[in-house]
Amino acid sequence: MLRLFTFAAPSRFYVLTGALLPWLWAGAAVLAVAGLYVGFFVAPTDAVQGESYRIIYIHVPAAWMSMLLYLVMAFWAVIGWAFNARLAAMVARSLAPTGALFTVVALWTGALWGRPTWGTYWVWDARLTSELVLLFLYLGYLALVNAIDDTRRADNAGALLALVGSINIPIIYFSVKWWNTLHQGASVSLTKAPTMAHTMLTGMLLMTLACWLYAFAVVFMRTRALILEREAGHDWVRETLGLKTGATR
Amino acid sequence: MSLLGLLIGRELRLAARRRVDVLLPLAFFAVAVALFPFGVGPEPQQLRSMAPGVIWVCALLAAMLSVSQLFAADHADGSLEQMLLAGPSAVWVAVAKSLAHWLLTGLPLALASPLFALMFGLPPEAMAMLVATLLLGTPCLSLLGALGAALTLGVRGAGVLLIIIVLPLAVPALIFGTGAVGAVEAGIAAGAHLSLLGALLIVTAVAMPWATAAALRIAVE
Repeated sequence: MLRLFTFAAPSRFYVLTGALLPWLWAGAAVLAVAGLYVGFFVAPTDAVQGESYRIIYIHVPAAWMSMLLYLVMAFWAVIGWAFNARLAAMVARSLAPTGALFTVVALWTGALWGRPTWGTYWVWDARLTSELVLLFLYLGYLALVNAIDDTRRADNAGALLALVGSINIPIIYFSVKWWNTLHQGASVSLTKAPTMAHTMLTGMLLMTLACWLYAFAVVFMRTRALILEREAGHDWVRETLGLKTGATR
Repeated sequence: MSLLGLLIGRELRLAARRRVDVLLPLAFFAVAVALFPFGVGPEPQQLRSMAPGVIWVCALLAAMLSVSQLFAADHADGSLEQMLLAGPSAVWVAVAKSLAHWLLTGLPLALASPLFALMFGLPPEAMAMLVATLLLGTPCLSLLGALGAALTLGVRGAGVLLIIIVLPLAVPALIFGTGAVGAVEAGIAAGAHLSLLGALLIVTAVAMPWATAAALRIAVE
């Protein structure tokens, strides 16, 4: 029977994600190719920024994912801490590297876009700076959970840190925003974007969906590896992997 | 409440018997601040405009370096576990430790800061504002640092790890602290910055002891 928590059992989750993974990877690849095709060949050239604006098809989805994944990570980490749910803690651990990767991609593509558009790779703009602080929050989480050897303590300490960090994100964002406007004035404004052409929006949506599917796929793969690592002594692992059950370890 | 007094009194007595340890953060602060003129050159105008930021960042680093050992000795000899088992709540342990850390580092740093402000040529009214922001801001740093110290208790490379964890969380305090001094220097009212710094202190004072207590329980369970 299928219940809400059916797939909270690592064994069932392992089987389910094993079946889902090829579809997720295929979906991510197809959507990414379609999105990049629309973005690079179909969408019109921007009247103001020329061709360099096309980097937003990678930059914007990456920036969205970087912020979303931190909140998702904090959510699952806290669920794992509060209810002692093994799988939730493993999912949280698996989310962190992908979130950090998207943050780096967003910062990197932002710098590449900034050079032709603003004439500089980096400005201490509120958005850029808070994205950088977000990267530091990810790095702090990763450093903490990897420094603690005891799995349970690492999961719980990481959950507490992720919770404190996610509460702090709005405070950091608004303080950085205010600091920026006081110190140098709003030299750069990304907010008053002109209305987008339909094809531009389509390309962006396709790329966003591709990023979502990629994130699901890679997080599930990492979770599966963690499950095998942590549940290595259990019979179901041996059965699922086709090893002889009950053999001495 | 008497428990809180006992815990703080214990910390202060321990510190009084290891006086050099107490002076170390101050010495670090002095050395770090004195390095900046060598790095950027002795032009008075440039030094004056940098002064609030330099003093605040050095105070931040001095607080983080000294806070990493906050629970270590008590954890090593087992008295931390006894306190968590015996006391009414781990929250009071966190409050006492944070407060003692502030009395031993944050307060002396704030009181010593005019001397360094003088060396950087800050005008008197900016100097007074610097002391005020440090008095409001360093308790935030002690409270955040206590959480970091509890999370990294007994972990490899705890000192560096604590700095990576806590510094992003301390960004708002740094912004409003230096912002208030900068506003005074620019001739604008600094009230908004001070209010926000005060609000930040209230939020951290309410939330951080609970988080630190939870982190301590995770660490010793």
